Amino acid sequence: MIAIPSIPGFLTEPNGPIGKPVSRVDGRKKVTGNAHYAAEFTLPDLAHGCIVSSAIARGRITRIDTAAALALPGVIHVFTHENRPSLAWFDRKWKDDDAPKGAPFRPLYDAEIHHALQPVALVVADSFELARYAARLVHIEYEAAPHQTDLRANRANSFTPGKDKGGFQPPPKPRGDPEQAFLASPVRVDAEFTQAAEYHNPMEMHATTVLHHDDGTLTVHDKTQGVQNCHTYICNVFGLAKSAVRVMSPFVGGAFGSGLRPQHQLFMAMLAATQLKRSIRVELSRPQMFSFGHRPETIQRVALGADRDGTLRALIHEAVQESSRNENYVEIVVNWSGQQYACDNVRLDYTLSRLDVHTPLDQRAPGAATGVPALEIAMDELACKLGMDPLDLRLKNYAETDPNTGNPFSSKELRACFRHGAERFGWAKRSPAPRSMRDGRELIGWGMAAGVWDAMQGQAAAKAVLGVDGKLVVSSATADIGTGTYTVMTQIAADVLGLPIEEVTFCLGDSSLPAAPVEGGSWTVSTVGSAVKAVCDRVRSQLIALAGKLENSPLKGVAEEDMVFADSHLIVRNDRSRRLSITEVMRGSGTLSIEEEARALPYLLARARHTFATHSAVFVEVRVDEDLGTVRVARVVSAIAAGRIINPKTARSQIQGAVVWGIGMGLEEEAFTDHRLGRVMNHDYAEYHVPVNADVPEIDVLFVEEHDDMVNALGAKGVGEIGIVGVPAAIANAIHHATGVRVRDFPITLDKVLAGLR
Amino acid sequence: MRSFTYSRAGSAAEAVGRAAAGTAFVAGGTNLLDLMKADVLRPEGLVDISRLPLDRIEETAEGGLRLGALARNADTAYDERVQTRYPMLSKAILAGASAQLRNMATNGGNLLQRTRCYYFYDTATPCNKRQPGSGCGAIGGVNRIHAILGASDQCIAVHPSDLCVALAALEAVVRVTGPDGERSIPFAELHRLPGDRPEIDTVLRPGDLVTAIDLPARGFAEHSTYLKIRDRASYAFALVSVAAGLEMDGDTVRDARLALGGVAHKPWRDPEAEAALIGKPATPDRFRAAARVLLRDAKGHEHNSFKIELAERAIVRALTEAAERKGASRP
Ligand SMILES: Cc1cc2nc3c(=O)[nH]c(=O)nc-3n(C[C@H](O)[C@H](O)[C@H](O)COP(=O)(O)OP(=O)(O)OC[C@H]3O[C@@H](n4cnc5c(N)ncnc54)[C@H](O)[C@@H]3O)c2cc1C
Ligand code: SF4
Repeated sequence: MIAIPSIPGFLTEPNGPIGKPVSRVDGRKKVTGNAHYAAEFTLPDLAHGCIVSSAIARGRITRIDTAAALALPGVIHVFTHENRPSLAWFDRKWKDDDAPKGAPFRPLYDAEIHHALQPVALVVADSFELARYAARLVHIEYEAAPHQTDLRANRANSFTPGKDKGGFQPPPKPRGDPEQAFLASPVRVDAEFTQAAEYHNPMEMHATTVLHHDDGTLTVHDKTQGVQNCHTYICNVFGLAKSAVRVMSPFVGGAFGSGLRPQHQLFMAMLAATQLKRSIRVELSRPQMFSFGHRPETIQRVALGADRDGTLRALIHEAVQESSRNENYVEIVVNWSGQQYACDNVRLDYTLSRLDVHTPLDQRAPGAATGVPALEIAMDELACKLGMDPLDLRLKNYAETDPNTGNPFSSKELRACFRHGAERFGWAKRSPAPRSMRDGRELIGWGMAAGVWDAMQGQAAAKAVLGVDGKLVVSSATADIGTGTYTVMTQIAADVLGLPIEEVTFCLGDSSLPAAPVEGGSWTVSTVGSAVKAVCDRVRSQLIALAGKLENSPLKGVAEEDMVFADSHLIVRNDRSRRLSITEVMRGSGTLSIEEEARALPYLLARARHTFATHSAVFVEVRVDEDLGTVRVARVVSAIAAGRIINPKTARSQIQGAVVWGIGMGLEEEAFTDHRLGRVMNHDYAEYHVPVNADVPEIDVLFVEEHDDMVNALGAKGVGEIGIVGVPAAIANAIHHATGVRVRDFPITLDKVLAGLR
Repeated sequence: MRSFTYSRAGSAAEAVGRAAAGTAFVAGGTNLLDLMKADVLRPEGLVDISRLPLDRIEETAEGGLRLGALARNADTAYDERVQTRYPMLSKAILAGASAQLRNMATNGGNLLQRTRCYYFYDTATPCNKRQPGSGCGAIGGVNRIHAILGASDQCIAVHPSDLCVALAALEAVVRVTGPDGERSIPFAELHRLPGDRPEIDTVLRPGDLVTAIDLPARGFAEHSTYLKIRDRASYAFALVSVAAGLEMDGDTVRDARLALGGVAHKPWRDPEAEAALIGKPATPDRFRAAARVLLRDAKGHEHNSFKIELAERAIVRALTEAAERKGASRP
């Protein structure tokens, strides 16, 4: 065991706010319209920009005629590659924290077109309406070049990427003799799985408002998951002093990964603001939300070999994904398969195929939401072949330690997820044969799947200021993309210092605050929460020191570990009558405020020797109309093991939202590309389908107990992504159980079910 | 969106009078404004008809109902008389769009809404309907939502309305006033097939204003249904929809109406398919036989061939439900 720093004071008070279903501290602002988003900031002379998108997928611009647009009174300028100023030269300057290996896309760089909907011009005008109108008048001629956008046609041209992106691990080396073991296995499954490209499509479209102040400094309101990431990017690209720009993003209307990298509307708004010395807003249209980053289309093969008792003998998982020509976007797709089940003969392969598309981008549980469902459907197929309950098959091959590394898990309560989830769902009552449960014309199917996601932690700093009035302000440059960061950080700070929630304010989304990484990967509670705890611990120590020095202090000589903080008081643990309020301590010592800054790092030693992961078990009931093939998800139970749950209310919302998305992945979401045009055709909310209320049944979320004193000082792993991972597979497995039809091609639209029902 | 002039019509006659070439009527605006924002439609002027007093639902002398062209879809669907006498119509409306859209959308606008073909909406792609002669993007392209009946080699778009499918089955009559005076158009004749003029959706002429939709007395209230099959449970256009109305004599079909949505450039009816039902027992086999008659010329494309079988199954299901159903089927 690794020695873990002790946790002073934390969670010592049973009535503290940690673990309580605290309502969102920003909820009132949001429902009353007082939360302002990037496109809602304004100044009196605000100009408006409208982006023109490329009509072709590859080739070059031969002519741009902006005369008609510029002739309109009120049109200020049209930026194109022909008149842009010279900007940063080296690729390095264009990189951001989430950039994969390669040369980042540079908007308006030259005449070359690399992908459909590439931004090719920015029209700036006095009003939004005028800018949009003028954008229609920009006449562009192209010379098209042949393009490739079809992964199926290009899968053979794939290559094995390296460690091409932060957080990415190439698959481990093969172990055992998987091919031989597979052939020698008495029971085998070998199948191909496909997954359509998906677009993030948060409700709030990407937007940037740059406010140009009289002194030449800029305030940039951007839709982003990382204000400092954007800050660095624009300073590098536009050659600005760090102090001349401040990036703000206090509220984000959903992002799901789409805000991890600076997007081109930020570039465009900055270009116009710096060139025209004017405030400007640029907002993408819904179709333009299909002009950057997406969950890449993927083709996979999973082959499983097992003994007749269900023992896994061989596991082969191969995946090929699309990336752009300019960058190697990579995500961990297959590695989970080597981690989830104990198996001695494993081969995992991951390759990329370059297409004429924009670079894909992390989307909720990137890689896991694609790879794990393929594995989990294959496991279901194997269970069917073995005549075994799918849950029993998973228990039979349960990985006690991480088979990829041989390391123990810091904690892993997946077994409890299986048990509690199955109990809540009533899994024991399942009749095993497909097509054996029905209700009138509806076939009923019960399916399950397991899920896994990394419990990551980065580095972050936080600042705390405690006033003599007992009010605490804590800040860090993280984001709240709707996940509940404000609330959870407030709870952590309030807990450490024994303050009521109302006395604590947490600030985020401002690049001038202490450093924090992009909000993503489910690591914000772990990363920023640890920093918040660390900085509050310092304030706490200061208070204890001050209290000990006071004249006639009832707390004199009390050791730090014997002190608790509650109700804005410092209290002796074993004699609660000995107490002083925070205000008394500060007044008494003549302290107006206590200011601290702290930085938290992951426990690197523990991390080197353990695997850190969240787990889930998902149980789904579907109803399939046996004549029409329509599928309805009737019930979902999701059991989650994610360490300590800081706020069961916001955590439940995360899981429920992820399950809804899992339903979308499973049944609906799909970007249709016309490969002749190299263009996504269903680029709006009417035809790009995500679940609507009528598609979403009751979602029952369980958090199983999981103690983890290695993951971080909070014992919490993060719940932003684990909720989606198992869902598509559980749905596919339930459809098979209902109908006997096995669909391995997501989304499972009714035509695919119908084809099997014939 | 491009600049346009705007004026509000005080009367139907004034609206017709203002309807010069290049202008468009705007009612609820839920389709027209979207298409203007997408730069697909570029009217130079809008004549706002939304406040004309054409929003009533009234009895007709023939025992039917007159639905005002400007009555909202929601008000029509929830009208007591529509619900009890024409339940399939109410059901069809409520199967469409969303509550918010139905509150805005008018009956006249619903009839004249344009196709949802992806290419029609994307001005960077070829589309004969949007830009005659530019080619049809959907043929050989992405065509999951396209036609299996009555299409041409110029256009395979479908008419997206649910309301219209029920109106076709009910044999409604569209009342129009235009530069040449008033006229009535049997519903089956309102929409046209694409042929070699896919840019023309209907037989209406420039300046024609729809004033009302007349429902005949027969509403098939006892044995009817509207079945809509789509990619999600709500807020999606029909892949296939079926409006079915039967008159039953015991177990025998005395009269039948059958219209399909999501399969053609107009709500699809086929007298031969209906004839195949009349006088026959109401059994799944008979229904299937009628479905096969209706679909005999159906032709699929790369992504929509499934619609042929789906339509057959949907017809059988809808007719079975209609035959079983006794009394008004409230949505
Ligand atoms: C996201 C979305 C989903 C939808 N889903 C469905 C669905 O599932 N099923 C369905 O049936 N519909 C659906 N609709 C379409 C909706 O029903 C139509 O947009 C609506 O009925 C149009 O009515 P409106 O009054 O808003 O028409 P407008 O947009 O005002 O007009 C539409 C057209 O009709 C013309 N027009 C309008 N009134 C008259 C008149 N009295 N005389 C002559 N011309 C006239 C206009 O000039 C214009 O060309 C959906 C729409 C959207 C945006
Ligand atoms: S089907 Fe009709 S509307 Fe669609 S692209 Fe072809 S011509 Fe245009």
